[in-house]
Amino acid sequence: MVTVKKLRLYTRVWIYQRITKPMKNNNKVFLLKSFIHLAALLPLINLYWQAFADQLGADPVERVIHFTGIGSLNLLLITLCVSPLAKIIKQGYLLQTRRLLGLYAFVYAVFHLINFLAFEVQFDGALFISEVIKRPYITIGMAAFILLSLLAITSLNRLKRKMGKSWQTLHNYSYLLVVVVTVHFYWSVKSELTSPLLYFLLCFIVLAFRLKKLKRSF
Amino acid sequence: MFPLEERIYRMRCVEAWSMVIPWVGFSLASLLKKVAPNSRAKYVAFETLYDPQKMPGQENRRLGGGIRYPYVEGLRIDEAMNPLTLMSVGLYGKTLPPQNGAPIRLVVPWKYGFKGIKSIVGIKLLEQQPPTTWNLLAAKEYGFYANVNPNHDHPRWSQASERRITSGGLFSRNRIATLPFNGYGEEVAALYQGMDLSTYY
Repeated sequence: MVTVKKLRLYTRVWIYQRITKPMKNNNKVFLLKSFIHLAALLPLINLYWQAFADQLGADPVERVIHFTGIGSLNLLLITLCVSPLAKIIKQGYLLQTRRLLGLYAFVYAVFHLINFLAFEVQFDGALFISEVIKRPYITIGMAAFILLSLLAITSLNRLKRKMGKSWQTLHNYSYLLVVVVTVHFYWSVKSELTSPLLYFLLCFIVLAFRLKKLKRSF
Repeated sequence: MFPLEERIYRMRCVEAWSMVIPWVGFSLASLLKKVAPNSRAKYVAFETLYDPQKMPGQENRRLGGGIRYPYVEGLRIDEAMNPLTLMSVGLYGKTLPPQNGAPIRLVVPWKYGFKGIKSIVGIKLLEQQPPTTWNLLAAKEYGFYANVNPNHDHPRWSQASERRITSGGLFSRNRIATLPFNGYGEEVAALYQGMDLSTYY
């Protein structure tokens, strides 16, 4: 039988080993990915729990739309920070978390679109289509969503292999994507401009790390 | 001086949501009758309290949502004299809380919500049409009249329907058609006879 004493001992030994032995990169990636899953999913679960329980203030529809939209943009920016960060701190294994981050940006975008469709226009197909065509900020938001969907689908290893060099070309559009999403945010606000401008600055920073790459492609 | 009454009005926001709100107040007309405007009074202008100590957003445009303060609004005199136009001092049977425009605010139920200027400290009678806050910010999006009109879209969203805000959380489905003059056409449509409502939006 395992006694409490023994359990304590095992825990101590485990902690000791963790401290003295450097962690393998595989394990670091596993821990980081677990953290990403939690950090991305828990706020989403909490959001819908509160929304269904009527705990999101007078207008829960607006709240879920904004939360998932800005969440997707945040995740896109974080995704684009991974490779500069890995280079700067010389930790190549960080790149293995990038696809997951990008996929969560897509998941948030899917919820953002579902929120708009289900709760804002409430499945009025004609209204949805006319809004996408008539409202420039929704038009570019939809375009960004289609591009992000392409990036998400082609993140499958099998498709990546099949695509060869064109995969990188397609995925370089993520730089354009983050700017388009920020413009979508900027055009959607009524008058407050501080936060969209802050996001333009963040875009500029993540793109500044790719100046050489961007110059080469033009 | 002005006996208070409860009025249950539909409130339609320019951003395409709506709510049913029980206001407490009195007709603006009863106030205006006391001052007996002469025939030169064609418009009524309203101004919000400017007090950055109590309302810090007024001092900083970035905090304050990017509009100019103090907030100003206006009505044509016949709109102001319409019995529906309400000076409100309360809602849901209680005194107005600060965020809803204490101590006194305007409610014009056939117009978009932004016409309902809050925390009023000044009312003037004028010969000329006064400037109004949102119109100053974006004239193409927000007109002086701002009558609820399902046939005149806001450049960034349709005004044909609206989301009725109720309790019940995310799943209370409630998109309904928007009515001309927010359903108060019988009382107010005559004010705009012969006017092109897509020019004077």
